[in-house]
Amino acid sequence: MESEDPEMEREDAENEREDAENEREDAENEREDEEDERRRLKLVEAITALRGGRKKPLGERSEAAVRVSEFAVTAEGERQKVQLSDLIEGAQQSPAVPTQTRKQLQNLRRSQKTVEQPLSRQESERVQRDLAFQKAAVHVSRWKSVVTQNRRSEQLVFPLNQEPSGPKPLEKVVTGWRVQTPLEQEVFNLLSANKQPIHNPVLSPAEEASLRAMSLEEAQIRRAELQKARALQSYYEAKARRERKIKSKKYHRVQNKARRKEFLKQFDQMVKTDPNGALEELNKMELARMKERMSLKHQNSGKWARSKAIMAKYDEGARRAMQQQLELNKDLTQKVRSSLSNQEEQEDGASDPELLPDFVNDAEPGQVSSNPWMRGELSAEPADAQRSEQEVAAPAAEKEQHEEEEEKEADEEQALLRDFEGRRKLRQKEEEAPGQDVEDSDEEEGPADQDQEEEGLSEFRSLFRGVAEGLKEAAAASTAGCSSAPLEGGLIRIRTVEDAELLPPEDVELLPCSESPPSAPQEEAPPTGQKARGSKKRKRNIELKEVLTKDAKTVTVPLAPTLTDTADGSDEELDQRGLIMEAFAGDDVIADFLRDKRKQEDAAKPKVVDLTLPGWGEWGGQGLKPSSRKRRRFRVKVAPAEPRKDQRLPGVIISEQRNGSLSAHQVSALPFPYENHAQFESAVRTPLGRTWNTERTVKKLTMPKVLTQLGTIIQPMTEEELARKKASAAGAGKEDPHKTKDQKRRARKGRHSQKI
Amino acid sequence: MSSRHKHHQTYTTKMASPDESTVSVSHVGKKKKAPSRYWQELQKEKDEAKDAGAGEGNKEPTTEEAEESNTPKQKKRKFKEKRDQNQDKKCISGKSDPFPGKARIPEDRLQKFKRKEKIKKPPHQHYKLRTMIARSEEASEMAQKQAARFDLLLPEEAGFLEGDEGEDTCLVSQEDIANAVDITSGAKHFHLKLSQFGPYRIDYSKTGRHLLIGGRKGHVACIDWQSKHLMCEINVMESVNDIKWLHSESMYAVAQKKWLYVYDSNGIELHCIRKFNDVLRMQFLPYHFLLATASSTSFLQYLDVSVGKEVVAINTKTGRLDVMCQNPQNAIIHLGHPNGTVTLWSPNQKEALVKMLCHQGAVRSLAVEKNGTYMVTSGMDKKLKVYDIRAFKPLKSYFLPAGASCLSLSQRGLLSAATGDIVQVYRDVWSTPVTKPYMAHRVRGTVWGLHFCPFEDVLGVGHQDGFTSMLVPGAGEPNFDALDANPFRSAKQRQEWEVKALLEKIQPELISLDPTELGHVDRATFEQKHEDRVKALGFDPLAKVKFIPKFKKKGRSSAGHVEKRKKQVAHEDQRDIIRKAMEDKRKTEEERKNKEQKKTLMLSQKSALDRFKK
Repeated sequence: MESEDPEMEREDAENEREDAENEREDAENEREDEEDERRRLKLVEAITALRGGRKKPLGERSEAAVRVSEFAVTAEGERQKVQLSDLIEGAQQSPAVPTQTRKQLQNLRRSQKTVEQPLSRQESERVQRDLAFQKAAVHVSRWKSVVTQNRRSEQLVFPLNQEPSGPKPLEKVVTGWRVQTPLEQEVFNLLSANKQPIHNPVLSPAEEASLRAMSLEEAQIRRAELQKARALQSYYEAKARRERKIKSKKYHRVQNKARRKEFLKQFDQMVKTDPNGALEELNKMELARMKERMSLKHQNSGKWARSKAIMAKYDEGARRAMQQQLELNKDLTQKVRSSLSNQEEQEDGASDPELLPDFVNDAEPGQVSSNPWMRGELSAEPADAQRSEQEVAAPAAEKEQHEEEEEKEADEEQALLRDFEGRRKLRQKEEEAPGQDVEDSDEEEGPADQDQEEEGLSEFRSLFRGVAEGLKEAAAASTAGCSSAPLEGGLIRIRTVEDAELLPPEDVELLPCSESPPSAPQEEAPPTGQKARGSKKRKRNIELKEVLTKDAKTVTVPLAPTLTDTADGSDEELDQRGLIMEAFAGDDVIADFLRDKRKQEDAAKPKVVDLTLPGWGEWGGQGLKPSSRKRRRFRVKVAPAEPRKDQRLPGVIISEQRNGSLSAHQVSALPFPYENHAQFESAVRTPLGRTWNTERTVKKLTMPKVLTQLGTIIQPMTEEELARKKASAAGAGKEDPHKTKDQKRRARKGRHSQKI
Repeated sequence: MSSRHKHHQTYTTKMASPDESTVSVSHVGKKKKAPSRYWQELQKEKDEAKDAGAGEGNKEPTTEEAEESNTPKQKKRKFKEKRDQNQDKKCISGKSDPFPGKARIPEDRLQKFKRKEKIKKPPHQHYKLRTMIARSEEASEMAQKQAARFDLLLPEEAGFLEGDEGEDTCLVSQEDIANAVDITSGAKHFHLKLSQFGPYRIDYSKTGRHLLIGGRKGHVACIDWQSKHLMCEINVMESVNDIKWLHSESMYAVAQKKWLYVYDSNGIELHCIRKFNDVLRMQFLPYHFLLATASSTSFLQYLDVSVGKEVVAINTKTGRLDVMCQNPQNAIIHLGHPNGTVTLWSPNQKEALVKMLCHQGAVRSLAVEKNGTYMVTSGMDKKLKVYDIRAFKPLKSYFLPAGASCLSLSQRGLLSAATGDIVQVYRDVWSTPVTKPYMAHRVRGTVWGLHFCPFEDVLGVGHQDGFTSMLVPGAGEPNFDALDANPFRSAKQRQEWEVKALLEKIQPELISLDPTELGHVDRATFEQKHEDRVKALGFDPLAKVKFIPKFKKKGRSSAGHVEKRKKQVAHEDQRDIIRKAMEDKRKTEEERKNKEQKKTLMLSQKSALDRFKK
């Protein structure tokens, strides 16, 4: 304020200073304020401490800060909470807040609702559990139908999705087959390119056409051909089997020889036609030869050979057997000589003469045929030697002669074979013949045989020799007479006058009648039977006589008995009383029976029990009877018995006793689901056993409830299985097979009612 | 069902009239129907259906048709579709099946295998019960159908002797028949002349291959009668009352003068059973392995031959028992008595199950049919009576001039009766009144034993002069069950059958008049059952133990003390009873009160509908 510029400057400076001072002052003031505040706080703290409050005061930020974070809002006053309204108010005024938000805030302020407290841990867990259970229940309930179905099903088969055993139909195999390997793929491509059937039809159109094209005749011819071929094959097989069974050594030797010869012949031919094949054969032979040479077979070195060698000195047979073994060995180890091999040999020999062929070690039969020692033969007889010479392929010079000999030999062999054949046939014939013979003789000697047998039967080889001899004589002597036998006399009862008297008179009457067959029946049945029928119903004591003497039809017999009945009479033990009873039968039989029946009925009737005690409540003594009132009072009445089974059968007494032994095996109480006896009894009416049923029925009736396959793992049912089942059920549109008609009807009804 | 069916010969012969002396070939022509095939029937039915369409002809309803007619339309359509599908399905050869579907079963054949009627379904059932009933019904239906289907395997038919016009078959002699039939059949008529030890009782084994004859004077022989091979022959040196094969042909029982003996087929005595004395008649029950004997001392005894024990001995108290037969259906023994009654017995009851008065005179002989339907009796009053043994009612009564001493029924229901030395055979005695026999033959002595051979058209007659084998066309069952009785069985098969039969042996307790009774629920009351139990145990398990006071020393077991203690116990018991009774009473009272309270409560409550009450 003194000078302009300097003053200004000064002023400025002063101002500045002042400002600074002011600021300082301010700061000082502030500091003082803070100091006050702190002091005050301390005081408050002290006071609160005096009060003993345990609550910790809210901490307050007290640092100086230029910028105050909007999030750390503190209330103005001490211990005051931040009110929403305070915050909102600010927002209301500031234009930055959009009106919409403002409205919302206003609404919020207006609504007085408080937010609910969060649930406690236990409660929230319970809620979660509930939810989880519901979810699981839904999940599990999907299986319910399967479970009930399994429970109700007649039989369960595990494992679940097993392939049906047994051969599958061809169509199924063809359609179910998939291409897997590249080769198969190629084949399929080819097939599809050539319009061959791949899937459903088993026959291609061409094949079907060809099938259709074959006429009946052709088919028949073809069939006949096939039949013939089959028959021939079977004959051949049978023949081979038969020949194999022949045990004769000689036969086999001959046979083998013939075969070998045949083979050689063929081989020679083969050499000309098919050299390669021949070579192969040759190799094979060579191999066999090598094997034989390697082994100790036929070398007379085994146990058997040693034992034979001991015997060889004395036993011709043993010697021969050993000889044979050696011969066999020789045969087998011999080199096959044929034109081909010769050629080869020659070639070989020509090509490398230095290389010695391995057969040099062998005894060479062709070269030293005269020396038996060199051929490995122990002791060959001259004839044998000759034969062996013949067998061996001979040098060319002797060929013709050999051929002749061979032919001869072949003839001999053929003859031998023929001989065998003939013998076999003869044997067969013999086998057949006796049967026929026997039959023939049977036919011829039929009756004679019978006679003989009867004789044989009548001959006793048992204890009763003496009598038997007598019988034999009698059988031989007498043809018709049987009454002459001494023992028989006693058996036929001769009717005495007394007997005739004892028997009822009708017997005597009827005898002549029976002798004349066509005569009309003399004894008519008493007519009372039919008359009495009507009145029979209600009568208690039915006249049994009427029932017994029912209308009897007389039978006429063409032959009259010539002998009286001695069967009963022959019983010596029959006592006289019984006889008389039999004779006079019919007199009191009916009365007896009726009496018996009545007795039984009475016995079975429930008895009335009289419990009156004379002398109680009134005078008692001799001549005094309890009063009728009292007797009535103390009489225990019993329910009337059930009607007897023989109530309506006059001539029958049926016992009413219970069969206790059977009831031990009966079902005593009705089993669970059954509601009445009839149901159960009808359910068990069909027997299960093999005696009464066919095999299939038995299998079905005794089917096990659960069927498992041995050795397989039974996996639990998967979800996919369930889904598949459901899908199949839905796809078929079929209802549960176990659902019965009733269920279906009910379901239908339900639907109906819903509509209404 | 039988597994093996051999051709069994039957006779259907027409015999020459009496004036013709020679038997021409045409008379012996075998009438044999070609076996019926199901498709033939189908054809016939089709024809009949056509006829019916034309307006005439009654067709026999088959099951499938009946089913179809019963089911509603929808099902029918479905069924048709199915059938069409079946028809469309072709074989590989390209031809369609000319007989699609299952073969039909004739109604009558189905009826033959029916076991009881179905029960009516009650309106509401427990689902378990419903399924169970449905399943059992299905099973029994299947069993029935299968059995009917397999009946096809019993192709043989029996025939009878047929006379020319005006010719009685009873006049045809055995020799004529034997000459007319083929050789093997003709050889079945033969006569064994054994005049020394007669009269003879006879018995055929169950398979019909073996014959056992026993002479009154001790001669016993068993014969393979078809090959006439004598297996054994002995003389027991005693009088023989009866003979019987046991379960197989390797053993037989002989009732001799005093005891019962068992021999084997070589005639070696195996057992002498002293418990069975004075046996007069015997019957063997093959499925129970029981030998039932009737003795002159009026005892009916049962011997279990599988274990060799006496099962039961019943004193019938009716005198001498010399008439006996068995009912093959239920294994009940029938006895005939001198007072004209016939009694029925089972081993489980000491008194007769049934007593029937059949004749005025003594009963001479008895026979029961194979199916257990008919019983034929003959008595001293010279009557021959036929009874329906299921209802115990007389059906027919015949008067035979001399009465019949022996009776026998064949498997197919032919009745043979012997009067003196004449053997007569009757056909169908129960359904149609018979006036003359079907066949008659005179043997050389009084007939004592009469028996039809099973599975053969042969009647064996044992008489005074030996044994005669008669040819009776149509007597035997042409089809046999190879698992039960196989006439052609080998020794091995017999052994196997024996083991099986023993395993399947029926216990004697199960014998009762009605063999199906086992399948019934026992409806006896608790008291009855308790009685049975007491009977079986010999004491009452529910009875209270009687208090016996302990002996005490020092004078405390004096009579007064003992009595006092007894009284104490008795009083305690009584108190218990009274307490219990009081408790019961209190409970019932409470219950009643509760009920009443409820009632009053119900009455006091006002319902909204009360205002509508008048």
